[in-house]
Formats: sequence, C-alpha cells, structure tokens
Amino acid sequence: MNNISSRGIRTVIAASSVGTLIEWYDFYIFGMLAKTISTQFFPEGNATAALLSTLAIFAAGFIVRPFGALVFGRLGDLIGRKYTFLVTLVLMGGSTFLIGLVPGYKSIGMAAPLLVLLLRLLQGLALGGEYGGAATYVAEYAPKGKRGYYTAWIQTTATLGLFVALGVIMLVKMNMTDSSFNAEWGGWRYPFWISILLVGVSIFIRMRMSESPLFSKLKAEGKTSKNPLKESFRNKANFKMVLLALFGAAMGQGVIWYTGQFYAQSFLETKCGIEFEQSRTIMLWGIAFATPFFLFFGWLSDKVGRKWIMLIGMLLGIVTYRPIFNFFLTESKVENQLLKDGKLALQPENAQIKKTDTLEKNGNLVFINHIETKEQFADGSAVTFQYRDTIVSNQGVLDLKTTVSSVPVAVNKHLTSATYWKFVALVFALILYVTMVYGPIAAFLVELFPTKIRYTSMSLPYHIGNGVFGGLVPFIGLLLTTSFPADALVGLWYPIGVASLCFVIGVVYLSNKIDENVTD
Amino acid sequence: MNTVKKLLGLVWLILAPAVIYFLVSGAITHIDPSGTKDINNPVVWIIIILIFTPIAIGLFIFGLYALKGEYAKLPSKSDELN
Repeated sequence: MNNISSRGIRTVIAASSVGTLIEWYDFYIFGMLAKTISTQFFPEGNATAALLSTLAIFAAGFIVRPFGALVFGRLGDLIGRKYTFLVTLVLMGGSTFLIGLVPGYKSIGMAAPLLVLLLRLLQGLALGGEYGGAATYVAEYAPKGKRGYYTAWIQTTATLGLFVALGVIMLVKMNMTDSSFNAEWGGWRYPFWISILLVGVSIFIRMRMSESPLFSKLKAEGKTSKNPLKESFRNKANFKMVLLALFGAAMGQGVIWYTGQFYAQSFLETKCGIEFEQSRTIMLWGIAFATPFFLFFGWLSDKVGRKWIMLIGMLLGIVTYRPIFNFFLTESKVENQLLKDGKLALQPENAQIKKTDTLEKNGNLVFINHIETKEQFADGSAVTFQYRDTIVSNQGVLDLKTTVSSVPVAVNKHLTSATYWKFVALVFALILYVTMVYGPIAAFLVELFPTKIRYTSMSLPYHIGNGVFGGLVPFIGLLLTTSFPADALVGLWYPIGVASLCFVIGVVYLSNKIDENVTD
Repeated sequence: MNTVKKLLGLVWLILAPAVIYFLVSGAITHIDPSGTKDINNPVVWIIIILIFTPIAIGLFIFGLYALKGEYAKLPSKSDELN
C-alpha cells in the first residue's frame, strides 16, 4: 500500500470529510427551509411555479443525484479523484450561496423559481458526484485493516451535516422574530450565505491535497479506464456486482438512513405535533449521542467484516420501527389528560381569537374565527388547540346559536422532561441503526470494485439506494397513509418492506470477506 | 445455498414487473389535477416511474443472473472484475 504517516491520513480524512459535510449541509438546508422557500419563490395558485417547485423537490433528489454520480464518477475515473471532488464542492457551494441571493417572486416574478430550480438541480448534481470521490479518496489512502474505520469518518458527514444544518437554522430562528426570519431578505437566507465561508475553507484545504496514490499510479502506468461508464455497466462481471451492491446493501441502507434521520423528525413534528424546539432538540441529542457509532461500526467492520453489521442494522429497523413510532404517537398524546367521557374538555377562558375571516354567503355575512387555546398540565406538559368557530349573521345580526366549531387540532405539544428523554433515547436507537448500515458501507463499496472504475461503479448504486429508495420514504408514506388512513403507522411499511427485501438479498448473496487489496 | 440463490432469482424476476405494475396503477388511481397532495401530482408520478423503470429492469437482470447461477461464486478480489 502507500506509506502515509498517521498525521497525513488525518489530513486526508479531514480534507475529505469537511467538504462532504458542507455538501450535505448545503443540500439539507434547502429541504429544511422548504416551507419558507416555497412562499418566497413558488407562490400558491401559480401553476407554473407549482410545477417548478415539484421539479426542485423531486428531480434534484431522484434524477439528478444518480445522474451526478454517473457524470462525476466518470470524470473521477478519467481525470482523478482530487479535481473531481473539488469541482463538486465549488458547484455545490456556489449554487447554495446563489440560492441565498435570488430575489423573491414578488421582485423578479417567474425568473425567481426558474433560477432556484436551476441552482437546486446543480446542488443535486454536485452531491451525486461528491460522496463517491471522498470515499474513494480516503479508502485509497487507508492502510490495510483500517479502511472501514477511516472511511467511516466520511460516513459521519451526512449525519453531522444534518446536525449543523439543524443547529444553524435553529440559532438563526431563535434570534429573530418569525416575520424577520420569513421576510424576503430575512434570516432564512443566512444559512445559505454561511455556506460560502465553509466552502471557501474547504476548497483551500482540498487544493493542498495530492491526488490519490492508487489513481496516480494507474495514471503513470497509463492504465486508467478509457470509458468508465462502458467498463462499469457493460462489463458483465462488474455490472453483476453493481446490481448486488444496490439490491443487497445500498437500497436497505437508503431507507434505514432516511427513516432514522428524516422520517423520524417529520413524524415528531407533523404526526405527533411536538413543538418546533423540542422536536428539533430531540433529533439533535439523538444525533449527537449516536454519531460516534459510525466510527465504532466502521472500526468493527475491519475486524468482523462489513456484511453482518449492515444486515443487523437493517433487521433491527425491520423489527422495531413500528413499536418505536407507536411509542412516539401514544406518548405524545398529552391532550388525553383533557379527555372526559371520551371528549376533550377545553377551558374556554384560555381561548384567544387569533384571526377572523369574513365572507358573504347567500346574502349573509359569515365570520370565521381562528381560535387557539393553550392548556398547561401539572406534570409540565402543554398543548395548544387550534379550531375555527363559524358564525353566520342573520340580516346583520350575529346569531351565536349558529356557531359551528371545527374539531380542535392539537399542535405545539410540550412534553414532560421524562418523556422528552425517552424520545431522545429512541431517536438515538433509530440513528444507531443508521450508523450500523451506513458506517461500513463506504469501505464495502470501495472493496467491491477495481481502482480504474471505482468512482463510477460505487457512486451509482449508492445514490440510487440513498437518493431514490431513501428519498421516496415520505412520498410512499403519504401514498400508503392516503390508501389506508386508519393506520397512522402504515407509512413505515415501505422502509420495512425495502429493508426486508435488501436483508434477504444481502443474507443470501453477499460475501462477508474483506478484500484487503484495493490496489487492483 | 446455490439452489436458494437460483430459486430466489425467480422471485426477483417476478417482482420487477410487479413493481412497475403497482407504480403505474398507483399513478392511475391517485393522479388528480384538482388534488393538492404530492400523490395527486402527475409530474411526481412521471419522475418516479421514469427513475424506477430502469431500477426494476436492473432487478429483473439481477434475477436473471441469479437464476442462471451467476452469483454462485462471487469474486474474492475486485481484481477479478478487470
């Protein structure tokens, strides 16, 4: 192998990981600020803007990421790892910064959503090219017996990127009012602008790095691939392994990864109705406690092989997802303390009219009061109910007897401290599964393919698994919830099903043997 | 184990067109221009069917290889793929 000092390998890992972390951060902030972004760039009621919004959300993840894997994977195998993942970093950082500079729809009309779509697609393209380069680069420097551990540092970046994105958005949001945050040139743009500083530092570090020693050797010997796409996907022996990597590891990893980190967060916020700060800090604590396990399982995979660690992670998800999410659902029903004879007994003195809409119907004025009532409990938990009272006036006279109240919706629930920490423990468990499937997978993919087509061959299955199978978790979840509305947990059958399929394929077809020599 | 690998190949062969069938029938059932959810949006379904069709073809080929016994012995080194 190569004779790099331990200080040298630390620099290699740091240079690769920081860049990849920033790329994930850039990719996440768009998704996390989707609501504000859609108000600024994709206004409701405009069909073209709605179409562009859909493309920005779906095409960037599903089509452009695998396409980026092919484009930049090919480049990485042709001209080298170092320059390719420098390009992806510049592309990602530049696009993110520019999204923060695009004026809103109110100022420049249709040009705003078009520009944002274009920049979002560039983000997807860059992300598709980044990961394979970083993982390959580190693996090709790593000594025998430590490849899993060293590449696991790259694996921490996807979760740490989420951590940084959550933290930055929370910090900005907590230091200003909602209206200042959501204004056209408001606080929501700061996370995009911060990116350029981070990217600048990362480019500086990466510029000083040398090309991967294995790729340099191949290049010096004139043995690099002439056509990486053809050699990856039209060479039957290699294509067989690409398919096995996708169906036996990457697709299961994708759904476990997405369910643990994103579905859980959205479930706590939307299905459980937990308030913004608590739901975000539950995730932050869970991530903070679980992240070191990426390194642990990467290290362990060097000792016992990659296969079983990844498959056990999938199996744990398959077996425990429904009980864990069911616990979230039942334990967050703090409003049950108000139930009397099966009905909610709200305290009318707490009710506040937040807004009144007036409209005319059959010559009569109709008043719709949007009401909020906050209920505080002795154990420290709290809940806010939102409902509407509709009152019809008869010939200009309000008749309160006609008042019709909508069913109260419980929102902004505040959990007791004990329940909060139970939730943190369970989110930790969900992310622990992520560390099991995700920690060893870079080393697993790197070892599967030869140096000259490694970047291309490993990038595609990874991004289909992670981007397509993982990215579809909320969509299929919604599809299942719409089809079977009685079961609030029905959306989990998609990640459970995909992980089960991947588990079976992995158990039957994958080998647990580590290929110690990646110089081929 | 090799018999199991081959037999399961048949399952993957059947599963691949089944996935496409379920996606297309899901699209037909849920596309609704007056709906507001993602699952009512034809563009989303077009993107998903477009991206999933080659993946399902990949699963079909994987099943075919498995059925033919191509995964009976995996390469022990990536060098064998050169």
